[in-house]
Amino acid sequence: MAIAVRNLVKYYGREKAVDDISFDVQTGEILGFLGPNGAGKTTTMKIITCYMPQSSGSVEVDGIDTMADAYEVRKKIGYLPELNPLYLDMNVLEYLEYSARLHGLRNARLRQRQREMIDVCGLGDVRHKDIGELSKGYRQRVGLAQAMIHDPEVLILDEPTSGLDPNQIVEIRNLIRRLGSAKTVVLSTHILSEVQATCDRVIIIHEGSLVADGTPDELQRNFQGSESLSLEIKAPVDNAMSELFPKLRALPHVESVDFRGSEGSNHRFLLHTAKGSDVREELFHKAVAERWVLLELSRRATSLEEVFHKLTRSETIQ
Amino acid sequence: MNALNTFRLRYRNVGPIYVKELHSYFNSAVAYVVIIVFLAFLGWFYASNIFLINLASLREMFETARWVLLFIIPAITMRLLAEEKKSGTIELLATKPVHDDEIVIGKFLAAWSLIAFALLPTLVYYATVASFGEIDNGPVIGGYLGLLLMAGVYVSIGLFASSITENQIVAFILGIFLIVVFFVLDKILLFVPAGLVSIFEYLGTDYHFLNMARGVIDSRDIVYFVSVLGMMLACTMVGLARRKW
Repeated sequence: MAIAVRNLVKYYGREKAVDDISFDVQTGEILGFLGPNGAGKTTTMKIITCYMPQSSGSVEVDGIDTMADAYEVRKKIGYLPELNPLYLDMNVLEYLEYSARLHGLRNARLRQRQREMIDVCGLGDVRHKDIGELSKGYRQRVGLAQAMIHDPEVLILDEPTSGLDPNQIVEIRNLIRRLGSAKTVVLSTHILSEVQATCDRVIIIHEGSLVADGTPDELQRNFQGSESLSLEIKAPVDNAMSELFPKLRALPHVESVDFRGSEGSNHRFLLHTAKGSDVREELFHKAVAERWVLLELSRRATSLEEVFHKLTRSETIQ
Repeated sequence: MNALNTFRLRYRNVGPIYVKELHSYFNSAVAYVVIIVFLAFLGWFYASNIFLINLASLREMFETARWVLLFIIPAITMRLLAEEKKSGTIELLATKPVHDDEIVIGKFLAAWSLIAFALLPTLVYYATVASFGEIDNGPVIGGYLGLLLMAGVYVSIGLFASSITENQIVAFILGIFLIVVFFVLDKILLFVPAGLVSIFEYLGTDYHFLNMARGVIDSRDIVYFVSVLGMMLACTMVGLARRKW
């Protein structure tokens, strides 16, 4: 097992940022760390990388406790911090050399790793440029190269694609997948497609607690039970929100209702219903009784996006 | 031999950090500005006084140098740690297999070396004075040694100031303030209760520097400089570790 996190708790002052999180990361796995901003992703990563100590609980990387021997743990980890801080006045080669030296690489081995990283991360054209002159996409590659320079067993990447344009995102994602094939990777993000595209397993945390853990497919399946119905009805009402919404919400098994807009007298809603229930029949009778015209009624498979939305929504529209 | 290897391994990152910081001084204007300002100030006072006094000595230069150090050192130390905190690069440094003391020592040595580099060209002044007449080498050696040690103390104070804030201006002002406190301690003896006079005198950097600049190299002065320097570096370690609280 590459990383074992047990009952991790972190307080900032009196505020609880991480609340009793436990999970494992298997060797060779790419784990997606998902959660809204401020959920505790970055804090957890800072603890795993030994940047700051936890309040309680334990973290082991490759069998070594982070509190007992942080120095050994750091040797095994490559880390790309949030916002990718870099020394802007150094050029790419100098910076990679500096990073390599701090990891104890010297001479031939240093040159070899430096060359490899330049190749793998596609930095050949900019290797003599100051980092301050590089575009965000290139800077991100430098950040990745720096994290990989000592060929670590574990890669911790905090939002590796944030702030990039769609093309750069695809590039970096491919790079991570290529690099990550032989490594254990933990990457945090709040972009769901990223997780589906890159990760073997997903952990969702919300307000410091772990709310889901599984493969992207598993998560989708587990939450399939709680269905959503897409609904469009024609009803001669002035205000769909006040006249239709409460009636839909009052139907049995309906857990929440999202209003999706109206055009003239056509109104669209998204109904979230309880696991294993089917409200289509009741909905039909209701429509007949209320003299609504059903224009559309379709079941929708839950996407990972909806799983995430559901798990991390602090309050639902009542 | 074994102990030496263990030591080298334990402090192997001091070298890379030192080189990086020094490179960063010389890669920007900082190093050149420091060297030029230093030379200009010292040269001016040296040139304007040497013929008046008509004495082959570097005393005037040393006395000017200690004033220049007061404000130039906080200017070169202010960014050392504050900038890393501000830009977040401290996180890169602290999550690599690097000990905190390696960071502090590497950066300390880089700033101290810069001062040494700035002092180097003043040997030209020495050469000219020496060519005018018989120069007493004791005060010259003592003066340079004292200046270097005093600069070391000031650099450690400046580094400490930089370790407790992420704002470079705050680090600069705090650095100057603390350095001036150490500098004036032996100059305010009139206002100090009689029982404390010797303590204040002992704590003042200038008192020890002037001792050395007279050409008397006394181990007590060296012990003073080294211990204040060590204490300030220890405080810097605490400032750096504050992220963990």
